[in-house]
Amino acid sequence: MTCAVRIRGLEKRFPRVQALRGVDLDIEQGEFFALLGPNGAGKTTLISILAGLTRATAGTAEVMGHDVVRHYRQARRNLGVVPQELVFDPFFTVRESLEFQAGYFGLKRDDAWIDELLSHLALLDKADTNTRRLSGGMKRRVLVAQALVHRPPVIVLDEPTAGVDVELRQSLWAFIHQLNARGHTILLTTHYLEEAETLCQRVAMLKEGHIVALDSTANLLQSGAERHLELVLDGELPDFLQARLRGREAGRYLLALPDYAELEGILAGLRQAGVGVRDLTVGKPDLESVFLKVMREAAP
Amino acid sequence: MIGFWTLFKKEILRFWKVLLQTVAAPILTAFLYLLIFAHVLAAHVQVYPGVGYTAFLMPGLVMMSVLQNTFANASSSLIQSKITGNIVFVLLPPLSYLEFFMAYVLAALVRGLVIGVGVLMVGLLFVDLHLRHPLWILMFGVGAGVVFSCIGMMAGIWAEKFDHLAGVQNFFIMPLTFLSGVFYSIHSLPDFWQGMSRFNPVFYMIDGFRYGFFGVADVDPRLSLAVVVPTALVASLLTLWMLRAGYKLRH
Repeated sequence: MTCAVRIRGLEKRFPRVQALRGVDLDIEQGEFFALLGPNGAGKTTLISILAGLTRATAGTAEVMGHDVVRHYRQARRNLGVVPQELVFDPFFTVRESLEFQAGYFGLKRDDAWIDELLSHLALLDKADTNTRRLSGGMKRRVLVAQALVHRPPVIVLDEPTAGVDVELRQSLWAFIHQLNARGHTILLTTHYLEEAETLCQRVAMLKEGHIVALDSTANLLQSGAERHLELVLDGELPDFLQARLRGREAGRYLLALPDYAELEGILAGLRQAGVGVRDLTVGKPDLESVFLKVMREAAP
Repeated sequence: MIGFWTLFKKEILRFWKVLLQTVAAPILTAFLYLLIFAHVLAAHVQVYPGVGYTAFLMPGLVMMSVLQNTFANASSSLIQSKITGNIVFVLLPPLSYLEFFMAYVLAALVRGLVIGVGVLMVGLLFVDLHLRHPLWILMFGVGAGVVFSCIGMMAGIWAEKFDHLAGVQNFFIMPLTFLSGVFYSIHSLPDFWQGMSRFNPVFYMIDGFRYGFFGVADVDPRLSLAVVVPTALVASLLTLWMLRAGYKLRH
């Protein structure tokens, strides 16, 4: 099957910085994929190249098998992009903006689809409002609608939830999840790592223009940071646990716990030593700790 | 084709929604020029035999309005979109650079010609004006409008802030139009300046346009056409080349 996104040897040099230094990446159709990385890692540059807003210095990028430069018309028809900045055209209403956007993609007027999009994004009552009168969250949803108006199989969301309140964020994700379930490929960049962790099947981490980690979310979580045990004791930490000690703050001991099975031995040892346990937490590695670890350790 | 039509329609609506500022205001400005210059000069100046100064002035004012507004429409639309960032709405879709070019140029041309006709109508209330050669009038109106739409597009693409655009407007467009014979015949100038005027393509636009009204002009209208048509072609090709290269629009 054709990859939804296929990137080979992608490089981008700006006059002062090299944003991408040879990126290879395949995203399968139907994936929910996250592209993570600190600011300046090259995420937006990569997305801009896919969208045809930026031209690569070297390498190729394809959307649904269409080269983004040589077959830009096909590539762009297959791609919907929600840009990072909250942009809008102050001359027009929500509905006009969507009608224009559909027209730019060569589509005939389709009011039913526009209404459906508006209702999914809770914008129906704002359809005839000028876009400049909308709140930030609404503007963001109009951008999502504009990106979907030509029914692209591949959808790119560049920081879609920045500045969107919790409730809206939830409904936005529910909608995007639905699109994914219907077969759309989703490529997402976000700073909210817990969002990526719960939503995305696969994750790529970018650092200074390189991909430094690329795996399924589950594998990354497994391999990444070690599990840990947090204890509050009514005495001093016994000697047999000193080797595990990773940190101590405000009476809480942070201990390494590579395997759950070791928990029993630890508790038995504490009982033997006559030290009582007041509080106990087992910390699972999350994407945030994996991310921080990868960023710290990866040699770009 | 739907892509082109949509962008064209959007560009038309963009100025149509603020008609007072984009169409009525330039017509009023031209009318004020007419009022003042005609009042001051009509009794003293006669350029062509049998043509009063007010009548002589009219085609110049119409053309000047066409030029300034085709430029203003294309350039301000692009710079506004660039600065607010909504230019991505037209960069993300599969519009070809030719569709992009046609939509912006034609929309600018429509605004220029609507204003040109408006200025002419207002003028006709005060001056008796004959349209001797309507086809020449149309050819020069469209040709010159295309040139300035293209210059407007290029300036809008090149400019990074409104300051840049104001610079082009004040230091390039204004002198070129004011020193091209809007208000005078170049025969009234000293030899040196008469010679200089012949290097100004806008002079030919206005002179040829004026020929369409009176059947007389400073130079042969065929020469004017031979300047305006290639200028329009070169301006179009340059703009197309910029768009194709993605200059300042696609990094």
